[in-house]
Amino acid sequence: MNSRDDTLARIRKNRPAGDHPLPDIPDFEPLVGDDLVAEFGERLKRMGGRIAAPAPGEDPFSAVRERLDDSAVIASAVPEIAGNRDLSRVALPADLADVDVAVVRAVFGVAETGSVLFTQDELKVNAVAYLAQHLVVLLDPADILVNIQAAYRRPDFGRAAYAVLHTGPSATADIEGVLIHGAQGVRSLTVILLPRA
Amino acid sequence: MSAHEESGPRDRMIHPDVAKAGDESERGQDGRRLDHAEATTRPIGAEPKAKAVREAQPRGAKIRGNRPIDQAEAAERFLAAPLHQKAHDERLWDLRKKRDTAAFGIPEWEELRDLASQIKAHTLSNLDRYLEEFEANAKANGVHVHWAADGAEHNRIVHGILKDHGAKSLIKSKSMLTEECGFRHYMAGTGIEVIETDLGERIQQLDNEEPSHVVVPAVHKTRFDVAAVFAKTMGTDPENDDAHYLAESQRMHTRPLILEADAGMTGCNFAIAETGTVVTCTNEGNADLSGNVPKLQIHSIGIEKLIPRIEHLGVFLRLLARSALGSPITQYTSHFRAPREGSEMHYVLVDNGRSERLGMEEFWTSLKCIRCGACMNTCPVYRRSGGLSYGATYSGPIGLIIDPTFNKRKYSTLPFSSTMNGSCTNVCPVKINIHEQIFAWRKVLAEEHQIPLLKQGMMKAAGQVLSRPATYRAAIGAADSALRALPRFAVYNPLNTWGKGREMPDSPRQSFHSWYKQNRMDKKPETDA
Repeated sequence: MNSRDDTLARIRKNRPAGDHPLPDIPDFEPLVGDDLVAEFGERLKRMGGRIAAPAPGEDPFSAVRERLDDSAVIASAVPEIAGNRDLSRVALPADLADVDVAVVRAVFGVAETGSVLFTQDELKVNAVAYLAQHLVVLLDPADILVNIQAAYRRPDFGRAAYAVLHTGPSATADIEGVLIHGAQGVRSLTVILLPRA
Repeated sequence: MSAHEESGPRDRMIHPDVAKAGDESERGQDGRRLDHAEATTRPIGAEPKAKAVREAQPRGAKIRGNRPIDQAEAAERFLAAPLHQKAHDERLWDLRKKRDTAAFGIPEWEELRDLASQIKAHTLSNLDRYLEEFEANAKANGVHVHWAADGAEHNRIVHGILKDHGAKSLIKSKSMLTEECGFRHYMAGTGIEVIETDLGERIQQLDNEEPSHVVVPAVHKTRFDVAAVFAKTMGTDPENDDAHYLAESQRMHTRPLILEADAGMTGCNFAIAETGTVVTCTNEGNADLSGNVPKLQIHSIGIEKLIPRIEHLGVFLRLLARSALGSPITQYTSHFRAPREGSEMHYVLVDNGRSERLGMEEFWTSLKCIRCGACMNTCPVYRRSGGLSYGATYSGPIGLIIDPTFNKRKYSTLPFSSTMNGSCTNVCPVKINIHEQIFAWRKVLAEEHQIPLLKQGMMKAAGQVLSRPATYRAAIGAADSALRALPRFAVYNPLNTWGKGREMPDSPRQSFHSWYKQNRMDKKPETDA
């Protein structure tokens, strides 16, 4: 028995009648205003994320400094902060279970939704973005796209082995609709607006 | 906001174990109340209820082999549990209202629905070609691709992959497809442990129940029910029904299982032909744990999940979470394309009746469904009877038109669990004519003598009204809407038990057709259509 060929044969036999052309997708007017940074921050907050815009010369991590100081294990995938867990020397993803805070840089942000994109290149070990208790994301304000449509025109999705849009932290409301952050993944997600070095 | 609300009911509900000052879930950075993901728009006001007023959870339909499901009987038991019924009804109606707000926020909403429907129609009528393209690209990306003709073959394939790797445990994220295949039941006899990692799905697994809703699997349970299940299976405090305590307990209990799992498994929301990518849309991050922690990852894919290109995600993603939750997007939108270094990745493409459904002229467009659950949330029957009353994997309006394709006899009565108000069709993001297909199924099942005699009389009367547009509109006009007209006999008919003790929700004061006639047709004399 060959289920592949059988399935394809049944599909050909049962092809629906009529002409069903693939429609062109028009360019929709953005739902957000011109200030993409403000729009991004507003939507991120509605999805449970936090945003920080450090002033030039200020400690870029001031918004999460307290959290970092309280953390035993910090895994950094960015040059802006050292951390004390080397992501390039992780034997098994599960070894990251004790990470308190992970710091990563986003490929881009999306103003319409407050999302940030990562691929395996930014995360170094994909699982760190879910096993860490808290996630800190660096985002260059110049990397904010207007909407989801614009995001899917980027080549990243066709190239990356793994690409993921994060919009705020892990969330559930499976028990009576009560919102809880940190269902299985990170308990908080903070985006720090910081131009690429 | 009153001072009473300001202090928040949580201050009184919260268990000291989790009442830490740093909990950021309830309010956002700017202090506003959050309601993203599947959260309610209003805080649940109840303080912990005294044991005396708690009520036992009503269970689902009785399954008796191949015999027709008695949805009305199960619905009656759900209605007889007023705390559950009320909480369920209000929770889903709240989701429906969130959906409306989100949809109204996009001027091109109707255009997006049209586009999504057309993309799906195109893909389904060229499904052979897109599946071949998807398979070729996936293989080029280093993914192992398997084909399963039915649920049993899917289960055997996955079991085989796990055996080949000597896997002893599998973590998985929520997947309606694996429910449809009876995957967990099959695996129960293999010695390989299957662990659901979505909170709602885990609750259902631990309670030995099927999910009752495609998006919120445990929506029919109160937190007291969850507390009882967790106390029995995870040893939590049975007197503590705080949702934070329960969710945190589950996190702590499941995390070691995730870390030690030999394999991970997810379902699939969209499969992209041009790149061979599987896309999942989730809120908890558990699909990404399943796909990124173990060395072996398996993705089960219904063949109707194909869409041609990445750019089409720009259409579907804008519809899916807004329709399901009223959010602009889910917390995680994950694109799995190729294995990680040192790991192995498998796709299982599952037919299980889909290719046959493609040939059913009146019903093939049900394959467009993206499983958002909007039709369930809006359905007065579903909200008041609970998903488990349908006794099938798919409940609510979409279930009524999908389930009979799996088993005409067992699900022969389900198409009658509808008021035919058409609300399901109106909210469907891919424009499936759900209520018309419900009616078409009634005819098919009657012609094939699959429906019990007492329902046939009802159907005949409905048939007389609905088969002639002018009569149908006259009936609507006389009682303001189909909700008031047709259901008067279909719902409150003494033979129809699910209509007992219920009032229909408010319907629009004026139907579109009568409004149009009044405002656009200059009071021309009515003509027969």
